[in-house]
Amino acid sequence: MGPLIVYEYISEYTNLLMAFIIGIGFGFVLERSGFSSSRKLAGMFYGYDTTVLKVFFTAAIVAMLGLLFFSLFGWIDLSLIYINPTFLWSAIVGGAIMGVGFILGGFCPGTAFCALSIGKLDALAFIGGLVIGVVMFTEGFPLVEELFYAENMGTPTINELIGVSRGTFGLILILVALGMFFVGEWAERKFPREEY
Amino acid sequence: MNEDRSKKYINPYLGGVLLGLVLLTAFYFSGRGLGASGAIKSAVVASVETVSPTHVETTDFYKNYKESHAGGPLKDWLVWEMLGVLVGGFISGAFAGRLKFKVEHSPKVTSKIRLIFAVIGGIFFGFGSQLGRGCTSGSALSGMAVLSLGGFITMAFIFGTAFALAYFARKLWI
Repeated sequence: MGPLIVYEYISEYTNLLMAFIIGIGFGFVLERSGFSSSRKLAGMFYGYDTTVLKVFFTAAIVAMLGLLFFSLFGWIDLSLIYINPTFLWSAIVGGAIMGVGFILGGFCPGTAFCALSIGKLDALAFIGGLVIGVVMFTEGFPLVEELFYAENMGTPTINELIGVSRGTFGLILILVALGMFFVGEWAERKFPREEY
Repeated sequence: MNEDRSKKYINPYLGGVLLGLVLLTAFYFSGRGLGASGAIKSAVVASVETVSPTHVETTDFYKNYKESHAGGPLKDWLVWEMLGVLVGGFISGAFAGRLKFKVEHSPKVTSKIRLIFAVIGGIFFGFGSQLGRGCTSGSALSGMAVLSLGGFITMAFIFGTAFALAYFARKLWI
């Protein structure tokens, strides 16, 4: 039963080796999907290329359904999976600041490393900025500490919040995603760009 | 997009399925999702410690981080995962013939402008990812897969803000 590391089927070193192998898969799929191009990523916000939307939501749904089925088959104990804690204000403000970084810089951290691996120098500049931003946070932490810990809600899941089961919420998410894919396909026809 | 290029990239829905399977593998083996910004933080803390060990010892933030991340960057899951990303991206780029040193930018701006904005964008994203406890991979994507409320909120604000500001940044991209 998984997760394998928690049940000690694999050692800490095997876990780090798995991290490296999983990273190779992660980088390969990102690059092959076109996430090594900032103008392709930015296309999301102008409608000419909605690859980000399609890849991102399809991946979230596949992983979510996979976890659900693994749990039903008794292959994985969901209570041992890390759930990101929710601190309401830092999630909102942090997300908004990241959005500014996304539209100005054209990457997110993962895609920047992916783009760097094929030689994109704008990605290298972005990563330089990331390091500066992280140092600003770690050095300036006392200034944002209050905001960082404000409104600690624990580890709520969104389906608990609206009072439906995991499966029902999964269905809702799939329908919402299908709606968004439809809009995305429409936008690509409406705002086409030949070269970018 | 012309035919030639679209052939070189995978169908985005298939790409999404594959990315989802990579994420599921991470959950199954390691009980955790993917990430990126955490690896940078690990490297930053280790670097600060090399430059000034006393500063790390006397600053609460670094002390707490070191307590919860014993072993340093070489024992950090995300650091190894991100090293893998560099290898995986390189392999894919090599197969597709995309390995090339290049500054990608809109014809409306110079390379210099693009690089300046890339640094500025990076600073915002780096800072925001620490405040938001993770970036697009660790907080938004992995968080959504485990149905974390915070994951959905962060995702909505990353994309919402970028959409809201897209008009003002259009010259950089189109």
